[in-house]
Amino acid sequence: MGKIDLTVGIGGAAGQGIATPGDVLARIFVRRGLHLKAYNAYQSIIRGGHIFLMLRTGDQPVLSQGGKIDILIPLNQDTMDRHLKLMRSGSIVLYNSDKIGPGTAADGVQLCPFSVKELLPQMKGDLVQNTIAVAALLRLVGVEFKMLEDILTVQFKRKGESVIAENVGVARAGYDYAEAHFKPLPFSLPNTGKRLAFFEGNQALAMGGAAAGVRFYCAYPMSPASGVLHWMARHARQLGIMVRQVEDEIGVINMAIGAAHAGCRAMCATSGGGFALMSEALGSAAMMEIPVVCINVQRAGPATGVPTKTEQGDLWQVMGAGQGDYPRIIVAPTNIPDCFKTVPELFNLVDKFQCPGIILSDLLLSEGRSSVDPAELDFNVSIERGEVIGLRGDAPPVNGGYKRYLVTESGISPRAVPGTPGYVHVVATDEHDEEGVLISDEFTNPHKRRAIHEKRMRKMEGVLPLLEPPELFGPGEAQVTLVGWGSTEGAIREAIEKLAEEEGIVANHLQVKWLVPLQGEAILSILSRSKKIVIVENNYSGQFARYLRSETGIAANGHIRKYDGEPFLPHHIVDGVKKIVAGETEKYVPVHEIMV
Amino acid sequence: MSTAITDIEARTQGEAGTRHGHVQLTVKELKGKVDPDWCPGCGDFGVLAALKQAIVDLGLQPHEVLTVSGIGCSSNLPGYINAYGMHTLHGRALAVATGAQLANHNLKVVVTGGDGDGYGIGGNHFLHNMRRNVDLTYLVMDNQIYGLTTGQISPTSVKGMKTKSTPFGSVENAINPIPLAIAGGATYVARGFTGQQKHLVGLIKGGIQHRGFALIDIFSPCVTYNHDNSHEFFKARVRRLEEMGHDPTDFHAAMDKAYLWGEAIPIGLFWKRTDLPALDELEPVLAEGGPLAYRPLGVSPEAAKSLIQDLM
Ligand SMILES: Cc1ncc(C[n+]2csc(CCOP(=O)(O)OP(=O)(O)O)c2C)c(N)n1
Ligand code: SF4
Repeated sequence: MGKIDLTVGIGGAAGQGIATPGDVLARIFVRRGLHLKAYNAYQSIIRGGHIFLMLRTGDQPVLSQGGKIDILIPLNQDTMDRHLKLMRSGSIVLYNSDKIGPGTAADGVQLCPFSVKELLPQMKGDLVQNTIAVAALLRLVGVEFKMLEDILTVQFKRKGESVIAENVGVARAGYDYAEAHFKPLPFSLPNTGKRLAFFEGNQALAMGGAAAGVRFYCAYPMSPASGVLHWMARHARQLGIMVRQVEDEIGVINMAIGAAHAGCRAMCATSGGGFALMSEALGSAAMMEIPVVCINVQRAGPATGVPTKTEQGDLWQVMGAGQGDYPRIIVAPTNIPDCFKTVPELFNLVDKFQCPGIILSDLLLSEGRSSVDPAELDFNVSIERGEVIGLRGDAPPVNGGYKRYLVTESGISPRAVPGTPGYVHVVATDEHDEEGVLISDEFTNPHKRRAIHEKRMRKMEGVLPLLEPPELFGPGEAQVTLVGWGSTEGAIREAIEKLAEEEGIVANHLQVKWLVPLQGEAILSILSRSKKIVIVENNYSGQFARYLRSETGIAANGHIRKYDGEPFLPHHIVDGVKKIVAGETEKYVPVHEIMV
Repeated sequence: MSTAITDIEARTQGEAGTRHGHVQLTVKELKGKVDPDWCPGCGDFGVLAALKQAIVDLGLQPHEVLTVSGIGCSSNLPGYINAYGMHTLHGRALAVATGAQLANHNLKVVVTGGDGDGYGIGGNHFLHNMRRNVDLTYLVMDNQIYGLTTGQISPTSVKGMKTKSTPFGSVENAINPIPLAIAGGATYVARGFTGQQKHLVGLIKGGIQHRGFALIDIFSPCVTYNHDNSHEFFKARVRRLEEMGHDPTDFHAAMDKAYLWGEAIPIGLFWKRTDLPALDELEPVLAEGGPLAYRPLGVSPEAAKSLIQDLM
């Protein structure tokens, strides 16, 4: 992290309006060109319970949500009671003293009470305290009032002048009160003059789909994947994307397969439970050789599990989904801009190889939000549709008979879409011959079965050389190599910085993105130079560790695992590495201390 | 195979004509790559023959038709007809067909399958695609039994029926697909019988021409596993609605007729309404620009700019 590293925590009950102050602060930070990560720890209820939003901003890219809070805004007593004990010297707590009493704070924690009743006796309603707190906070980090005024003006534009004036007035009162009564932090948030974008991973996945040319998107609502559906639905008409909410996930994937076979780029998203229902159909896409993309945003399982908590527990599910061996491509993007880039990459691959593609995200990545340089959002991506015939409604004349499943060296057979004159054929989920004629019951033929099965599976050999090779991050010579996959990249990177700065331990890092096919040789050649390998993953059983071992023979020296529903914080990894390097343990499971 | 059916297979289309410059097909030209492997005498031959005849009569070309099926004896049909086909998973044909129809609404989509496939394992898709009024024709070869799995009860098996899975007689009530479909939002609901070919051809043609969800439940006897509901059983009982003075635009009359069962079982068109648009007609994205599948991909630079602007 850079010179400025500020984390704000806002907590309260669902329905208390936490999102709004969070959004206002986030907008202000990214409009100043500051980097930002936000993570909302919430419960699967619409009102009540406890929600805790952490916003971490800085002058350098923010890798994770960190592990400390500099400014706490408790919107109710419950939040005060849960979080005050975690506040350290130099930190600030801003709260409405009409309703909330402080407990005993550590030395050096600045308690900043304000009374809405005294400050604005004429104002009613809970949301006033939120606005006052945000305004006071901005005063304490040296942000000029004008910026807040501008944001509030935009936010309440639709409600009219008087509502704008009222909110700006409330904010002014909070801002001035903080100036008169509280001690500001020793730094001011700079303004770099550059603006950044700010959005969640689900939006990145949806936008990646739009860029890739998705024309058909369907889903059944399920947290934490619904964000993709919501973005798609909101932009459907503007972008010419058909968006459907289907009766169940079995219907979702089958409908997507139908649309994909007819020639659309089709995508769907769900979480683990919905994905389980899609298993058989994913195999059918592979059998009929239809390209389709399915996103699984993992949440803590099994079964309904913990709907609003994160986990990386579905690796084996997606690798094993459906009966039989079949070609599939599985990828786990490692950060939010990577979500955006991965979708078009995967579509090009599945179109070329005519098989299903699965994106493995998780709640942390999909519902976590991050600042992103808008230059990274290039919608002008390359679109390669592979060997496909009839996409504009016409087609070249057929030479001899058309065989949908022609056995070729690459395993790829040119695919004609229905509606194309001259290429009439049947695709089947039963085993079939080159022409699509069933060989399952009429005259089961082991030679034909072998030839066509090998043709299908052979396609995977072509995928591997097209994938970007995995790269080792950090010093070539290190005491320990941390290995992760998917969403844990940021926390591991920050842990490596901390290990070097605070513990004098030199570590490097390999984050695996392409899971199937696995770039086993490349990984092996990187890891064969490592002194100690520690695998970090957000599940109980070490799903990736076991997979890596089965594919490469690499048995890690240590494991850091977490399955309490919350994501890794960098210091969890630091603590684990210290213990493993010291030989105290081979497996470390951190305790998540911010009790939300 | 019954002689009546063979006649139709052999007959070529009389009123030869052209459509879109295509020479009209003959039934022979609609023959698939292989011959059906159904048991001799299976009702499904009659459905295949009637479908081919309907396609010929409507002047359609093989590439304009997409047949979609699930799994079952009856679901093997797409392999036996020279048209585009998708032989999907057990119970999933309607979902796949909906995706394909919306992706290319120029296609004439005909879904074919069994009673188990459609009313059992596929029941949820059946309900929801009726209320959506998806523009497709659904031919259910209703033999009141699971044929391919060698004879267990199906959702349309009558109470008391003895099968391999109910050796002492089934205790469950059967589904009656006709009132279910009328109530469920299907806009063309009919019942056919493979023993009445011309009548069946007419129903199928009407279904294909109908803009919206058309269900045609067809008594298509399984000669191997269902000896209760045989060809003779139906032959003796079916009565044509057309001859009963039924008005298919009368909802209450349709519902009343739909519940008739016993010595007289009605076949024909129970219910039809043309005042409701099909799903593709309601979908704003399809309002202009032709089939979704044929459109260029990607996001315009202006749209991209506005999307990014929204995030800042
Ligand atoms: C998911 C799944 N479950 C079970 C089966 C086995 N199966 C194949 S066909 C069938 C039922 C066939 O009955 P029906 O749909 O009425 O068609 P019919 O054979 O009578 O024409 C079953 C249960 C399957 N293929 N897939
Ligand atoms: S088992 Fe029954 S349904 Fe299947 S082909 Fe034979 S007669 Fe037809």
